[in-house]
Amino acid sequence: MAKTIVPIGPYHPLQEEPEFFKLTVEGERVVAIDVHVGYNHRGIEKISEMKTFDQSVYTVERICGICSTSHPFACVQAVEDIILMEVPDRAKYIRTIIAEGERIHSHLLWLGLAGHFLGYNTVFMWAWKLREEILDVMEILSGNRNNYAMFTPGGVRRDIKAEDIPVVLKKVDSILPTLDMLKKAVMDDPVLHARTKGVGILTRDEAISFSALGPTARASGVAKDVRKDAPYAAYDQVDWKMIVTQNGDVFDKLAIRVLETFESVKIMKYCLTHLPGGEIKERIKNIPPGEGIGTHEAPRGEVFHYVRSDGTNRPVRHKIRAPTYMNLPTYKATIIGETISDATIILAAIDPCYCCTERLAVRDMKGKKLFNGEDLVRLSQEKTMQLKKKMGF
Amino acid sequence: MIYIGYLIVFGCCLTAVLGLFTSWVDRKVTARVQYRVGPPVLQPVFDVIKLLGKETLIPDGASKLTFLAAPVVGLSSVILVSTILWMNVIHPQQTFLGDLIVVLYLLTVPSMSIIMGGFASGNPLASIGSSREMKLILSYELPFVLAILVPVIHSHYSIRLGDILNMQSGSGVIIGNFSGSIAFIVALLCVQAKLGLVPFDMPEAETEIIGGPFVEYSGAGLAIFRLMKNMLLFVMPFFLMILFMGGIRFDGIHIFNALLKYLGTVALITVIRNTNPRVRIDQALRFFWGPMTVLAIIAIILAYRGW
Repeated sequence: MAKTIVPIGPYHPLQEEPEFFKLTVEGERVVAIDVHVGYNHRGIEKISEMKTFDQSVYTVERICGICSTSHPFACVQAVEDIILMEVPDRAKYIRTIIAEGERIHSHLLWLGLAGHFLGYNTVFMWAWKLREEILDVMEILSGNRNNYAMFTPGGVRRDIKAEDIPVVLKKVDSILPTLDMLKKAVMDDPVLHARTKGVGILTRDEAISFSALGPTARASGVAKDVRKDAPYAAYDQVDWKMIVTQNGDVFDKLAIRVLETFESVKIMKYCLTHLPGGEIKERIKNIPPGEGIGTHEAPRGEVFHYVRSDGTNRPVRHKIRAPTYMNLPTYKATIIGETISDATIILAAIDPCYCCTERLAVRDMKGKKLFNGEDLVRLSQEKTMQLKKKMGF
Repeated sequence: MIYIGYLIVFGCCLTAVLGLFTSWVDRKVTARVQYRVGPPVLQPVFDVIKLLGKETLIPDGASKLTFLAAPVVGLSSVILVSTILWMNVIHPQQTFLGDLIVVLYLLTVPSMSIIMGGFASGNPLASIGSSREMKLILSYELPFVLAILVPVIHSHYSIRLGDILNMQSGSGVIIGNFSGSIAFIVALLCVQAKLGLVPFDMPEAETEIIGGPFVEYSGAGLAIFRLMKNMLLFVMPFFLMILFMGGIRFDGIHIFNALLKYLGTVALITVIRNTNPRVRIDQALRFFWGPMTVLAIIAIILAYRGW
């Protein structure tokens, strides 16, 4: 059968961000996939190195409009790791509340988009309507719907007022019945089962060998969650369950996100009712030379920040790794052999966020791209070989 | 001469107005289901007029004549079908023998025109959409024709729509029978596929193949396709009404009754389209050739037994 190339991107109704998937198809079946990202490169790491430690938190907040708390969370933890400091308890709880609120709205956003990709626009509109409620909650807590600017090295910038807590709790409770209905509408729909069950399976072994993260890994039976594995903030003081399913198909990824939303509501409510008193921020005098690592379980998986300080007030190196970077290669295992109709939902199932991911593009002065993915892999392997030789392996 | 009058007044103008209105009903109901406000009544008209004013682009490498003719072919066949249907409703005695067969044939032409236009545009996405449309026709035509056999059997094996209508005005609507209601369900789902609405909108599938056959259309061509789809949205429920619910009768309370039946059918179609995700093409084929065909055959046997 003749092979055709079906382009998904760089601009396509499927995705909100520019990216390019070259699907080689035989009839309707996908036989090869080529992923081109790199349309969103903004040089955030370099910008961050030109800012002070305080300012770079706001810079990384702008990496992604949806995980606008995950990056600052990991970034401040990396800075605190250099100083080896503990933040006050109240700050830990507030951080947890904001992070979980973000997880709820991110998962609802994804759920809506997944419905839209499957042509189920009612779910799209319902999920986004529900998301508005949680955005209102975030506005009450932080003053902003999306970029909260709550985090700073040493604590949080804004306290939660005692009179706001009952209002927020009431609002969070009020979304539960609708959330429950949405869960039933999504998880018990036979047509939706037909579209998502057994589609795009990522086996446990594949998930481990690709180092998949977050819901993508947990759907394949890999119990991996930074919040449980290396507890930070208030996650070790709250009783919550890590959701793990075994099949690794699109339906499991969907189920994980829906069920995690309930867990997040639980964590948020616990933290709001058990909010300890005290300071919200500890003053940092200076940051000693050294390096620190910060991780946070973003809605899409583990966010990793590495910050190195030379004793001045600016980081000399700031390395960011977003979860989509690790989840993208799993397409190789999930898409090949499926049909075009399934390919779109599989592409969406890892909840990709390209603007988070893109870090490197090498271009000459005229804007021509110098290296593609394979070249970079080759360069990196050559460098490793050189280093090995130098070190005498 | 009188036929040309029917063609222009009923087939073309009235059907277009009602079709655009129906598409507004569909959009408004959809919007309300989804917590949105929805468009004003004239929005579908504005859409078509705006598209007519836009430039028509013909892609390089497209077969120019076929590309431009396809929408016209589709629209004219819809106009012909609606003329025949209106004539049946207004003068059930005047129609010709076998008009049911003609209607069935003409109703496949819009899908054919979409396939033609898609392949003529030379776009890979449009080709995929066209081939899906082709598979979809193959899957729904069988149960659709089988389901339509039920009213034929009930009206003493007549393939004249006028006879089917007369029979229903005499001895009750066909949907009232057990076999008639089964056949109606089958036909309704086939109509859903014929109209290209969710769950059977995979030929267009915006998030997969960006509108499929329509991806290269712009300006007047797209406007005509839009108008054709909107008119089909009126013609298909109207056809079902004639076959299963006794059509429209223009006296007193009956016209109100007919309006209710019509809006009920449209509402059913809209609800189905809003409570389902899109299925895959192979699943659609399995669905129509499996359960739907079996149901239609059961309905035929029941109708044969006189139920």
